[in-house]
Amino acid sequence: MTAYEPVIGIEVHVELATESKMFCGCAVGFGAEPNTNICPTCLGLPGALPVTNRQAIEWIMAIGMALNCEVSERSVFHRKNYFYADLPKNYQVSQYDIPVCHDGFLDVTVDGETTRVGIERAHMEEDTGKSTHVGEGGRIHSAESTLLDFNRSGVPLVEIVSKPDIRSAAESRAYAQELRALVAELGVSDARLEEGSIRFDANVSIRPEGIEAFGTKVEIKNMNSFRSLERAVDYEIKRQVEVVSDGGEVVQETRHWDEEGDVTHSMRTKEGSSDYRYFTEPDLVPMVMGDVWVEEVRSTLPELPAQRLERYVEAGLDSDSASVLSAAPAKLRGVFDEAAVAGADPRAAANWLTGEVTAWLRRTETEAPDLPLAGADLAELVGIVADGVVSASAAKDVLDGMLSGEGGARQVAEARDLVQISDTKALEAAVDEVLAANPDAIETYQGGEQKVVGFLVGQVMRATQGKADPKLVNQLLREKLSG
Amino acid sequence: MPIDIDIAHVARLARLDLSDAELEQYRAQLGDILEHAARVQGLEGDPSTESEHPLGFVNVYREDEVRPSLDRDEVLAQAPESMDGYFVVPPALESE
Ligand SMILES: [Zn+2]
Repeated sequence: MTAYEPVIGIEVHVELATESKMFCGCAVGFGAEPNTNICPTCLGLPGALPVTNRQAIEWIMAIGMALNCEVSERSVFHRKNYFYADLPKNYQVSQYDIPVCHDGFLDVTVDGETTRVGIERAHMEEDTGKSTHVGEGGRIHSAESTLLDFNRSGVPLVEIVSKPDIRSAAESRAYAQELRALVAELGVSDARLEEGSIRFDANVSIRPEGIEAFGTKVEIKNMNSFRSLERAVDYEIKRQVEVVSDGGEVVQETRHWDEEGDVTHSMRTKEGSSDYRYFTEPDLVPMVMGDVWVEEVRSTLPELPAQRLERYVEAGLDSDSASVLSAAPAKLRGVFDEAAVAGADPRAAANWLTGEVTAWLRRTETEAPDLPLAGADLAELVGIVADGVVSASAAKDVLDGMLSGEGGARQVAEARDLVQISDTKALEAAVDEVLAANPDAIETYQGGEQKVVGFLVGQVMRATQGKADPKLVNQLLREKLSG
Repeated sequence: MPIDIDIAHVARLARLDLSDAELEQYRAQLGDILEHAARVQGLEGDPSTESEHPLGFVNVYREDEVRPSLDRDEVLAQAPESMDGYFVVPPALESE
């Protein structure tokens, strides 16, 4: 049986979180009453003239730079002509042969293996309105009429097209997640899948392993979660392999992912690319980026996930905790950086933040930005654990006290009576008492069964309500037993 | 020589319902226009200026500031059909 290799490319649409639309001053915002953010420009009324939003252009440049793209020296808008009810002008202002950004890459990691996915281009366009199909059961195929809301019409939209470098459903998902994290990091989009501010389409084809030529590609749409993207791609690969294995041929088409049915459905064939009749948008003038502007935008870029990961690894974190911390909310990362500056061991600080602190946030339903923990306080906690002032398990109680506003680490440890007894004299009494109460254990030990020490340590810990330093107890017991 | 075009295809793309006589008439007229365009395209010129704006402007932007939108009721009153703040149009996808 022939083995087939999937070839996948992904198109991502990102709505920018500008205040106003791409070509007019209407407000951008999810959840407004329908048709309240509309004007002659975004309704496509005759005579209305668009003017480009500078912020949107700077943000697409930022996205391109974060994706290691080149920014074109010069870029122009085109009209993409097609008829659809949610497109009031009957064309979409988009870009054709000179996108703002081109030729970049994004590294994605699946199961510890990193793949470099090429970025073909990132171009600027306007979003369409939103249509709701009403009719029998609200199903798209049986709609009786369509309701239109043009609030979204003209919202700045960046389309990012990958090269066909993706080879599995899992990689598709990782690419989408990585890209989403990146635009969220840049702060240029809300990047909320559930609100449609970031959307994914996948182009899937298969080819016999070892063959260079691409197979016929199918575009799949309507995946509204990372999980459905992965499942849709997976389904589509299997469907195509089955078609070809049965001697059939894959048809070039657009298919819709059906979340409930767990399948893709064929959509009506759309007009081919040549039928979009692209031509330069005469109402908008060319954009010339220039080195000065490009460098100005570059200087505003925040630290990106890939750079951060590298910095954490250099700080001594292993790659797993580095990537967990790198994906953690900004507040936690800030606490980490402060704690490291305050002298905390980076590994211990990272463990606290991604472990107990994250669990506390979840348990108390606290949003990360509201975390009441300063980096210096975390450093103090890490310090008293390292110095043996509190045991590792008591330290969790200390943290709880700190997060409940009881004060700094030492203060809480003392107030909650969690400081370990490290004074030999004080412990000796407890050790003697335990030994006196367990003559059998002494005999067992002297008979060569050293394991019994563990039992005795437990007894001392119990006698001291867990406040004894177990290392010291162990040492004292061995001295006395051998003595 | 006028350029021969698939006028029925163009009419379909433009959603125009034309009679056979009209199709023939537009086929001839559009063919003449395309022939003219082809002649313009044949002129010597600098291809790098192809995307120039006729007025020579570049970099015209607006700042990202919100300006008032239109009154919804006034806009919807001019639409053939509306409901609950939405425009209503025939189904976007016909079932086939
Ligand atoms: Zn508008």
